Amino acid sequence: MKKAPILRGFTLAYLLFLYSPIILLPIFAFNDSRVVAFPLTGFTLNWFSEMLGDVNLRNAAKNSLIIALSVASLSTVLGIFAARASVRYSFPGKAPLMGLIMLPLVLPEMIVAMALLVVLLSLNITLSLLTVIIGQTLICTPFAVAILTSAFQSLDRSLEEAAMDLGETQWSTFRLIILPLVMPGILVSFLICFTISFDEFIIANFLGSGQPILSVYIFGQFRFPAKVPSMLALGTVLVLFSIILLGVAEYFRRRGIAKAGGKDTGGFL
Amino acid sequence: MAATPKSEARAGLKLISPTAIYVILLLAVPLATVLVYSVMTGGRGVVALPLTIENYARLWSQPVYGFIMFKSLMVALTVTLITVLLAYPVAYYVSFHVRPERKSLWLFLITIPFWTSYIIRVSLWFVILGYDGVLDRALISLGIMDTQLNFASYGIPAIIFVLAHAYAPFAVLPVFVSLEKVDRSLLEAGQDLGETRWRTFLRVTLPLSMPGVIAAALIVFIPTVGDYVTPRLVGDGKEPMIANFIETQLLRLQNMPQGSAFAVASMTMVGIVSIAFVLLNRRFLRGQK
Repeated sequence: MKKAPILRGFTLAYLLFLYSPIILLPIFAFNDSRVVAFPLTGFTLNWFSEMLGDVNLRNAAKNSLIIALSVASLSTVLGIFAARASVRYSFPGKAPLMGLIMLPLVLPEMIVAMALLVVLLSLNITLSLLTVIIGQTLICTPFAVAILTSAFQSLDRSLEEAAMDLGETQWSTFRLIILPLVMPGILVSFLICFTISFDEFIIANFLGSGQPILSVYIFGQFRFPAKVPSMLALGTVLVLFSIILLGVAEYFRRRGIAKAGGKDTGGFL
Repeated sequence: MAATPKSEARAGLKLISPTAIYVILLLAVPLATVLVYSVMTGGRGVVALPLTIENYARLWSQPVYGFIMFKSLMVALTVTLITVLLAYPVAYYVSFHVRPERKSLWLFLITIPFWTSYIIRVSLWFVILGYDGVLDRALISLGIMDTQLNFASYGIPAIIFVLAHAYAPFAVLPVFVSLEKVDRSLLEAGQDLGETRWRTFLRVTLPLSMPGVIAAALIVFIPTVGDYVTPRLVGDGKEPMIANFIETQLLRLQNMPQGSAFAVASMTMVGIVSIAFVLLNRRFLRGQK
C-alpha cells in the first residue's frame, strides 16, 4: 500500500472529531466534581452509585428494555416475511409494497411520528408503551428487511429444492434448511433493531406521552447541571453496552458470511 | 419446482401479507390521513369540513412558514456539503490506502459513533459548548478568552456544527462503496499515459465515485432537514426547524389541518430536492457508459 501521510492524518483527525464527545463520557463520569470541566479533580464512583440509586431511571430503563425487546422481535419477524417474499417470489404489487415497507428509511422520523400521532389522537387511543412499540417497529422494519434480504439472497436455492425432492414439506424445509442458514442474519437484525429502538427518541417522546423511557429521561435530565454527572455515568454504561451489542452483531455477520461461503465486503448497511 | 406464475404470485402475497398489512394500516393510512387533514377546515382542536385550500394559501401568505422551510433547507444543505467534503478523503483513504483485510475494522471504527445514542451525543455537545461548559472553562483557564463564549447559543452555526458531527459517519459508507468499485487498472492506465496522480483523480476517480457522493448527500440531507432534537437543544431552541414547527402547530396550537399542510409542503420540498439529487446521479451514471 502506498503511504499517504496527509490522508492518514486527516482520517485520524476525523476519527478524533467523531469520537470527541464520546471520549469525554468516561473521563467526566469518574471525575470527582459536579462541575463538568477540565482540569480533573479526582477519581470517584459517586456518579455511578447516584445513577443506580435513581428510581425514576430504573423505571425508565425497564420500560426501554420492554420496548426494545418487543420492537426487535416484531421488526425481525415482519422483516423475515418481507425479505423472504421479496427474494424468493415475484408477485403483483411487489415494488410498491416493498417501497412502502422501506419508506421510513427516507422519511424524517418526525413525519412518521406525527402522522401516527394524528391518527391515534383522532381515534382517541391512549398513548402508552404499546403505541411506542408500534411506531418504532415501523422505523426498525426497513433495517431488518435490508439485513435479512442479504441473508436470504446468499442462500443456495438448490438446497431448498433438494429438501423438497426428498419429501420435506415447504414448512419443514423452511424450518430445517433455511432457518438455520439465515440464523446469523436474524440475530444481526434483532441486535440492530434492539439498538435503534433503545436509542430512539422522537417516537418515544411523542407516542409515549408521560411514560418514563430512557432516551426521553436522558433528554430531560441533561438540562439540570446537577444531574449531568450521573447522566454521564449512564451514558458511559450505554455506550459500552451499544459497542458490545454491535461487536456481537458484527461477529454473527461475519459468521453468516463465512457460512454462506461469501467474501467479507465491509460493515453494516 | 414447477411453480406456475399464478401460484407463485399467491404464495408471495401470502408470505408478505403480515408485513404489508402492518405498514398499510400504520404507515400508509396515517400518511393519507395527514394528506386529507391538510385540505380540511381547522381551528384549535377542530378538524371539519368543508374541504379547503385555505391552509396551503396561508403557507404562502404568512412569511413565517416559508422562512422556516428556507432556513431548514439551508441548514441541511450546508450540513450535507460539510459532511460529504469531510467524508470523501476518509473514504478515499480507507479504500485506497488501507490493506484489504483491515478495511472492515476501519469502517467499524467509523460507524460505531453512529450506533451510540444520538440523544447522548447531542446532549454532550450541549455540555461541551453550552454556557460555562467544558469549552468555555478551558478557553478561560488557558487565558484565550476572558468571558464565556457560549457557542451553543450561537443559533444556526451551532446547529450546523452539531448536526454535521451527528451525521458525519453516514456519508463515509456510500462514498467508500463507490470508490471500492473503481477499477484500479484505469488509474494505472491514466498514469501510464502520463497523467499526474492529481489529474488522474480528477478525471477518473472523482467522476466514477460521484454516485456514492450523491447517495451520501441524500442520506445526510433527509434526516438533517427533519431533525428535531438539535434545534431544540442547541441555539437555546430559538431557531426552530421544520420538525419543531410541526410540533408547535400540531401539539401546542392543536391546529391539525394547518400542521398537516405544513408537513405536506415541507415533505414535498424535501422530495423535490431529493429527486434533484437522484437526477444528478442518473446523469453521472449515464455518463459512465
